[in-house]
Amino acid sequence: MDNNNKKWFSLNLSNKKKQEPGTCECGKTSEGCNSSGNDHLRDADFDAAVDATIAEERTKDGFEQVFDVQMDRRTAFKKLTASLLIGAGAVSTSCSVIAGDETKEKAQIDWEEQFKGNYKLMTRDEKESTVGRLVRSYQLRTGKNISMSSKNAEEDVLFGYAFNISKCQGYMDCVTACVEENNLDRNSQMEYIRIHEMKDGKGFNFNEADDNYYHEVPAEGHFYMGTQCFHCDNPPCVEVCPVQATWREDDGLVVVDYDWCVGCRYCMAACPYDGRRFNWSTPEVPEKEVNKNQHYLGNRLRKKGVVEKCTFCVQRSRVGKNPACVDACPTGARIFGNLLDPDSTIRWVLENKKVFRLKEDLGTEPKFWYFMD
Amino acid sequence: MRRLRVLRSLVKDSLETITHGSKKYHIWMAFLTLVMLVGMYCYSVQLEHGLSVTGMTDRVSWGLYISNFTFLVGVAAAAVMLVMPTYVLKDIDFKQAVLIGEGLAVAALIMCLAFVVADMGGPSVLWHMIPGIGVFNFPNSMLAWDVIALNGYLFINISIPFYILFMRYQGKEPNPKVYIPGALISVFWAVGIHLVTAFLYQGLQARPFWNNALLGPRFLASAFAAGPALIILVLAVIRTYTEFVIKDKTIKKIALVVTVAAQINLIMLISELFKEFYAPTHHSESAYYLFFGLDGKTALLPWIWTAISLNVLATVILTFHKLRNNFKVLFFACFILFVAIWIEKGFGLIVPGFIPGPYGKIAEYTPTGIEIGVTMGIWALGAFVFTMLAKTAIGIETGKLRYNKKKP
Ligand code: SF4
Ligand code: SF4
Repeated sequence: MDNNNKKWFSLNLSNKKKQEPGTCECGKTSEGCNSSGNDHLRDADFDAAVDATIAEERTKDGFEQVFDVQMDRRTAFKKLTASLLIGAGAVSTSCSVIAGDETKEKAQIDWEEQFKGNYKLMTRDEKESTVGRLVRSYQLRTGKNISMSSKNAEEDVLFGYAFNISKCQGYMDCVTACVEENNLDRNSQMEYIRIHEMKDGKGFNFNEADDNYYHEVPAEGHFYMGTQCFHCDNPPCVEVCPVQATWREDDGLVVVDYDWCVGCRYCMAACPYDGRRFNWSTPEVPEKEVNKNQHYLGNRLRKKGVVEKCTFCVQRSRVGKNPACVDACPTGARIFGNLLDPDSTIRWVLENKKVFRLKEDLGTEPKFWYFMD
Repeated sequence: MRRLRVLRSLVKDSLETITHGSKKYHIWMAFLTLVMLVGMYCYSVQLEHGLSVTGMTDRVSWGLYISNFTFLVGVAAAAVMLVMPTYVLKDIDFKQAVLIGEGLAVAALIMCLAFVVADMGGPSVLWHMIPGIGVFNFPNSMLAWDVIALNGYLFINISIPFYILFMRYQGKEPNPKVYIPGALISVFWAVGIHLVTAFLYQGLQARPFWNNALLGPRFLASAFAAGPALIILVLAVIRTYTEFVIKDKTIKKIALVVTVAAQINLIMLISELFKEFYAPTHHSESAYYLFFGLDGKTALLPWIWTAISLNVLATVILTFHKLRNNFKVLFFACFILFVAIWIEKGFGLIVPGFIPGPYGKIAEYTPTGIEIGVTMGIWALGAFVFTMLAKTAIGIETGKLRYNKKKP
């Protein structure tokens, strides 16, 4: 996304067709939308993150303190190689001179990643250093650079979503955009969004709906309705997690720390909206299709055996952009914005349309509304 | 110091007992080892390829592992039915059965924990669940409660029999002041682990099939039927193959426990069926799927109807004193009751919770060979652990294993 203002590290190969540099698609006025300012912020974040790993500066988190010995060794060989590595601009594993050190560094990173704490409880510094390690680790493994943000929720922001049932035609462009944006496993064809095809005249009858159709749309006599994680304000999935690997952020996003999740899948059983997906095997994304603009809590690459879900594209929404599905929808059926901003489109919809939510009786308070024209 | 020496000699002696035995014993242990090895191989495949080698999907995200886990918590809890009368009410008839019951509880708990670990996507980060080191979502998550409850129960059930056996080994009488408080705690704890495990499911508003107030009590009733039924079967085997004396009276008393529990369980089943089918709502669909199938998807039908018939048959047999007092019939009834409850409270409970899905999608679940392999491996592990525990306990109880008095 924020390809503009690039620095040396950006090797962003993923093509963002719908990108209009400098503009903001969120449709809001002033406050909520300040994407250029955020871009700087993100860059700053990223630099800091890279610093934390590559430069000699040692920000100790709890685990590093415990494993102090390794830290020292790590710092030592980093001092030796850091200038070399950065000087070269890119790191390739075939570089024999430093291969030994790289293997060591990789092992060191893996070790620290294995024993790091829960992201939710990390300090700013710890967040930056884990992000730095992940960026570095990707660089070491593939020779490519990614950018990863650890941007926190902004104040006075609460994200909400509205879905126009009259407009949706079942094209599933949102699904495709979501898969690409969020680096979803291509192998198992994981999709966060499900589009339910329903028969006219039967009302919202999910039982007879088809969420796995392969025919031309819009099909005669049908209407369409999309579901995904609704970012409940009272999320049952968060309550049940035994290790607090999933939680509600201050801007209302319900997120997962993929590195803290133990894969018990209790949250999947607890979600009434089919909002969660599990990595039954190692997720596969072809290297050239990897979206390199990542967020720790969002679309960074996952591993097998952990749960993931829609994050309202935290890597986009926190820098003032719309989630990929909203931008991809050709009919304009999807509306996203800040619920606390009285001038936002989403507020207009909530105030002027007859909106409803699914399974309201469960008390989950989804931040995802449906409406019709 | 002396205690340490006794302990060392106890370990040595029990190793000796475990490794020596009749031919049948060796064949049994070899068989279990083989099954365990197969299970381990299957698990290594699962570790390498992830849980995709199981039949579970995003739509049915818990399967055979969690089913067996749920059932075994019940078996573990049932040991209490024997502990209570013996230690607290001083009814000596149960005394011999107690050590066996507690051994069974230990084996069942080990199986429970193994099933939970087998079901985890990330066994390498299991330390996240260790209180103090990881981050524990206590008291919000019932699973966190369950981890504490199960491990605590395991600790109690290891320490009480260990204390008793340790004293007996030295030829001393165990001091009731030490073990009776422990036994009392374990009584409450056993009810606790079972209720907590039921609450794990009962608390999910997303799954109407589980979200029902009868689930907890029904768990208890079925556990107190299946667990003692298993104990009766085990006692029958022990009686035949060792010189450990178990009086008919003991077995008859346990049979009474099984009978009452099975009857209560049946009443609750009827109440549940009435609620689901008298005025079926949208929330009855899972029950419909379980008992009659939905949209031509009927994978669970043969299982659940087998379970119901066996359940009813066993309860009827047990209800008649004449039949129950005939040991051949009793053992048969206990066996079918055990199988019936394993189906009913295992995948008959877990799988329909996911079907139909939150939006009515009906995606069925069939376990794969790998999954079944791991499951059998864990059962074999349980049987292996139990056999070792029982053999040592019997050795000490019959006086064969004694601390060498020549040493000071
Ligand atoms: S929709 Fe499901 S996954 Fe999303 S916040 Fe609500 S309960 Fe959690
Ligand atoms: S699968 Fe992960 S996020 Fe979900 S409840 Fe288990 S540990 Fe928490």
